[in-house]
Amino acid sequence: MNNQSNKILDTNITKLVNQPYKYGFSTDIEKDIIEKGLNENVVRLISKKKNEPEFLLEFRLKAFKKWKKMQCPSWAQLKFSEIDYQDVIYYSAPKAKKNLNSLDEVDPELLETFEKLGISLNEQKRLTNVAVDAVFDSVSVATTFKEELAEYGVIFSSISEAIHDYPKLIKKYLGTVVPIGDNYFAALNSAVFTDGSFCYIPKGVKCPMDLSTYFRINDQNSGQFERTLIIAEADSQVSYLEGCTAPQYDNNQLHAAIVELVALENADIKYSTVQNWYAGNEVGKGGVYNLVTKRGLCAGSNSKISWTQVETGSNITWKYPSCLLVGDNSQGEFYSVALTNNYQQADTGSKMIHIGKNTRSRIVSKGISAGNSKNTYRGLVNIGNKAIGARNYSQCDSLLIGNTSNANTFPFITVNNSTAKIEHEASTSKIGEEQIFYFLQRGISVEKGVELMISGFCRDVFMELPLEFAAEADRLLTLKLEGSVG
Amino acid sequence: MIINSPILEIKKLKAAINENEILKNLDLTINKGEIHAIMGPNGSGKSTFSKVIAGHPAYEILDGEIIFKGSNINDLDPEERSHLGLFLAFQYPIEIPGVSNEDFLRLAYNAKQKFLEKPEVDPLEFFSLITKKLELVDMSPTFLSRNVNEGFSGGEKKRNEILQMILLDSDVSILDETDSGLDIDALKIISKGINTFMNEDKAIILITHYQRLLDYVKPDFVHVMQDGKIIKTGTANLAKELEDKGYEWLK
Repeated sequence: MNNQSNKILDTNITKLVNQPYKYGFSTDIEKDIIEKGLNENVVRLISKKKNEPEFLLEFRLKAFKKWKKMQCPSWAQLKFSEIDYQDVIYYSAPKAKKNLNSLDEVDPELLETFEKLGISLNEQKRLTNVAVDAVFDSVSVATTFKEELAEYGVIFSSISEAIHDYPKLIKKYLGTVVPIGDNYFAALNSAVFTDGSFCYIPKGVKCPMDLSTYFRINDQNSGQFERTLIIAEADSQVSYLEGCTAPQYDNNQLHAAIVELVALENADIKYSTVQNWYAGNEVGKGGVYNLVTKRGLCAGSNSKISWTQVETGSNITWKYPSCLLVGDNSQGEFYSVALTNNYQQADTGSKMIHIGKNTRSRIVSKGISAGNSKNTYRGLVNIGNKAIGARNYSQCDSLLIGNTSNANTFPFITVNNSTAKIEHEASTSKIGEEQIFYFLQRGISVEKGVELMISGFCRDVFMELPLEFAAEADRLLTLKLEGSVG
Repeated sequence: MIINSPILEIKKLKAAINENEILKNLDLTINKGEIHAIMGPNGSGKSTFSKVIAGHPAYEILDGEIIFKGSNINDLDPEERSHLGLFLAFQYPIEIPGVSNEDFLRLAYNAKQKFLEKPEVDPLEFFSLITKKLELVDMSPTFLSRNVNEGFSGGEKKRNEILQMILLDSDVSILDETDSGLDIDALKIISKGINTFMNEDKAIILITHYQRLLDYVKPDFVHVMQDGKIIKTGTANLAKELEDKGYEWLK
């Protein structure tokens, strides 16, 4: 392709993908913060501020000790400047006037912020069948529908509250799926995590509504270290949704989260994410570093954990939602769409660890790269020697838009017994000048053409999203693809 | 006496790709109701011609004019040219993964309807509309659910191009080597499609290397292109002469 046509193609694509970030505003609010920096005292201070039981402080200190000995992993296809951990605020909370007894007492400024993000914390206004836990910087500001859920025995609260109210459950499960020293960012999170959501679905209960957490980073210099724990007892079922946004700042915000899922016998957990952290500007300045450890444990037989993610934001994404398939006949799924543009870099994928008999897993990954971005799929399928009859199907597709983006696929497959069945399919396609010209020659606009190709490309994944989220994901991609023509 | 009315006039057209001039002073006038064939050796500029007329962004017009239905379209986008009724059947039809042929065809059809300020059709209406057109190129409806050109045989791709021409009911259609790579049955099907489509309000430009297409689709004029311009124009007999003698004698 020659330079001139490149230019034309690039402008078209740029127009398409460079839609202004709608969630870039910040909220001016009185905050309670711990000064920048990280040391043992800060860890103790976080624990103290949250008035935590002794066992949790020990958990944190142990993690901090481990973290200090660890090094930032460098194997990912990601290039970013070293993070100065002393330049990060580890605790930033909107100042609460008093203890909140009901949603009516939440700071109106905060309610308004979430309202602006399209998240209504007003239960009367509920349009969809979703309960929301809203996390603002380091703390959960409100959780809706707690009482209704309690009638079913479902516990849905911030993890801070759960630590006080259900210490036994926390003690039993926290850190069991992602051990404190699992990896560098997991150790960091375990030391300084501030809030997140806790869900407990009792035996035999099908959660009557979808549960969701909306994470908002507001403060310019604070990191967000959230921690989510979902426990699904035997024969229970839950669908959980997660959404994320952050204001537009020139510097990078650190987000290092841990999500742990535990599914007991016959339990079914569906975890969906639409991640739209601020991605940085068109030359790659600013944006969130999204360094996340998500793992599910299919502990019981016939249990199932399904991850679905739509990753469109963040400057750096380092994230591998995984399943440990311990129970016989358990199932793990991972469906992913990752869209990168400008100078965004994503290294994402999944790990399926087959331990039990007849365990099955499925990975469907769709990476879309535009601009100068880098989009990498990295996955591991491991079939253990006792996982008789295990099966895996993986499909990794990449779609390149323009000539300067980059897509990589690193599938690792380890099979330790001969009864396993593994399938792997991969493809790379490109929205290039000739395709666009074909659309145009048939009278179809660039926007429509690209939209059609992207939605066709993502179809397998979007079909897995809960209804409310499918609309959100569609809207998000369309937003990024809406042209300024016409 | 019939007064010819030009539908496409190309005047002293010069065009380049990568600053490499390919079309050099090309003149051509096409009237309604006419079929023109453009022949010529490889590298003479035939495909460049088709792309420049359709507005491919890689090509730059250096000089001259393209007058379509009375107005200069030099600066129009490919999309606008398409809406006005200009169609290009691609020599190598593009594969579009993940997009069904039916959606693609409907979108193209509705884009044109919208431009003409006519109502857009819903998928059900479109299905009955397209099913009738499919018969014209002897294609089964199952091909609607396949992705655009993906996994199509050479013949299917070319039939798909002709189907789109019929669907969009274009006024001037440029068929860039639509006959190449076709077996005799496919050639007959395509020719039948073209002949059914053609009428006195339309015009067709056939770019071809071979006489055999012209046995089925009778051209009113045959042009020889060489080094970016038309060096000879004749009737259908010229094509037969070229088949026998090649291009050397024209130099």
